[in-house]
Amino acid sequence: MISSPDNPAVVLNEVSKLYGRFAALRMVSGEFAAGRLYLILGENGAGKSTLLRVLAGLIEPSHGKLTILGSSDRKAVKPQLGYMAHASMLYDELSGRENLAYFAELYGIRDRAICDQAIRTVGLDPALERRVGQYSQGMRQRLSLARAILNDPRILLLDEPFSNVDVGSAKEMTRLLGTMRDSGKTIFLVTHQPALLEGVADESVCMSSGRVIERVAHHLSSLETPEAKR
Amino acid sequence: MSVLGILRVTLTKDLRMEWRSKDAINSMLFFALLVVVIFSFSFDLTAEESRQIAGGLIWVALLFAAVVALNQTWARELRNQVLDAYRVSPAPAESLFMAKTIGNFLFVAVLELLMTPLFIVFYNLRSVGPVYQLVLASLLGNWALVVNGTFFGAMSIRTRSREVLLPLILFPISIPALLAMVGATTSTLTGEGSAHLPLVFLAVYDVVFTLVGLFLFETVLQAE
Repeated sequence: MISSPDNPAVVLNEVSKLYGRFAALRMVSGEFAAGRLYLILGENGAGKSTLLRVLAGLIEPSHGKLTILGSSDRKAVKPQLGYMAHASMLYDELSGRENLAYFAELYGIRDRAICDQAIRTVGLDPALERRVGQYSQGMRQRLSLARAILNDPRILLLDEPFSNVDVGSAKEMTRLLGTMRDSGKTIFLVTHQPALLEGVADESVCMSSGRVIERVAHHLSSLETPEAKR
Repeated sequence: MSVLGILRVTLTKDLRMEWRSKDAINSMLFFALLVVVIFSFSFDLTAEESRQIAGGLIWVALLFAAVVALNQTWARELRNQVLDAYRVSPAPAESLFMAKTIGNFLFVAVLELLMTPLFIVFYNLRSVGPVYQLVLASLLGNWALVVNGTFFGAMSIRTRSREVLLPLILFPISIPALLAMVGATTSTLTGEGSAHLPLVFLAVYDVVFTLVGLFLFETVLQAE
């Protein structure tokens, strides 16, 4: 399961997802190289989150083939994936450290120092005993990112990680994502705020009505959403 | 990352969350208490009549109360889409199923312990047959309720009317087990008939439905 420019991290081959007669994804194809940060852009309902959920293995495609890190066995690649959704995916009744300790165990990680390090990486204090239910939205987002990177995944799937996060924190998170990309991780990031990733993202994947309509490798100073272009 | 290791941490996490919120225990206790008191005031029973119907009353009260806990256990996983974090991870589905089942078993066992003195007082009960049969009937009956309830609770969590759907699926499939629980309890309380056959039936029922649950749970968990 080694990926290189010749052996891409993710390959989508005519992937579709149907809900009854509604197509959330329509014949999405493409190769995505390892060690790059892809922005997934598009209006609401374009299929961005569905694409991420398909990549995460939470949704089975109705048609088409998906290969991740050279394998089409979804179970085999699970330890290599990190996924952050709209919702925090955290237990409100537990503290940040308790949450991360539990999720670490699901990946066979027993070392609490790894949890503490992940919490510190996103700019939170591991000693904070407060329950997640009492966290601000921005703190939840950061902790959610910490959960996603806990298992040191090779592929990171982030669904609007900057929503409800202040600009300063968003910039810190962006810097962190840039560092992770530089260390060889492949990142797919859905956002409506592409300007925040100026100078970090490698390529924009623009979606509309369940299709990939454009892929733009660019200098991010000119990043625009499809709706902004219109 | 063993099945047992993840079962243990998931169970510990669930017990810790219940200890802090007391959502399941409080609502179960309140519900079961209501059933006991209402039935007690509705019928003017002699001690003999009480022994005849107490088995049915106890298990119906526990069945209804258990549904509350079973709904809670999965509602917790749906909040903030936490269940997706489990589904994305390489952790085995069987660990989640067994941890939830054992957790629910413990919650209902606590309820049984708290409700037993109340039943004895309100219905003037005493056991004519051996008490160990009552203990066995409680353990096996409790497991029969929660193993199916946990499985069907997981099946119904993504439906809009899950709180109605769970009893609609669970109650019919629990009828054979319920008859055995009532049979074992009533024959122990009254000393009439043998509790042996209902207890054996319950044991077989538990084993079969536990194995079916373990076998099918991954499909249920990964369903969209």
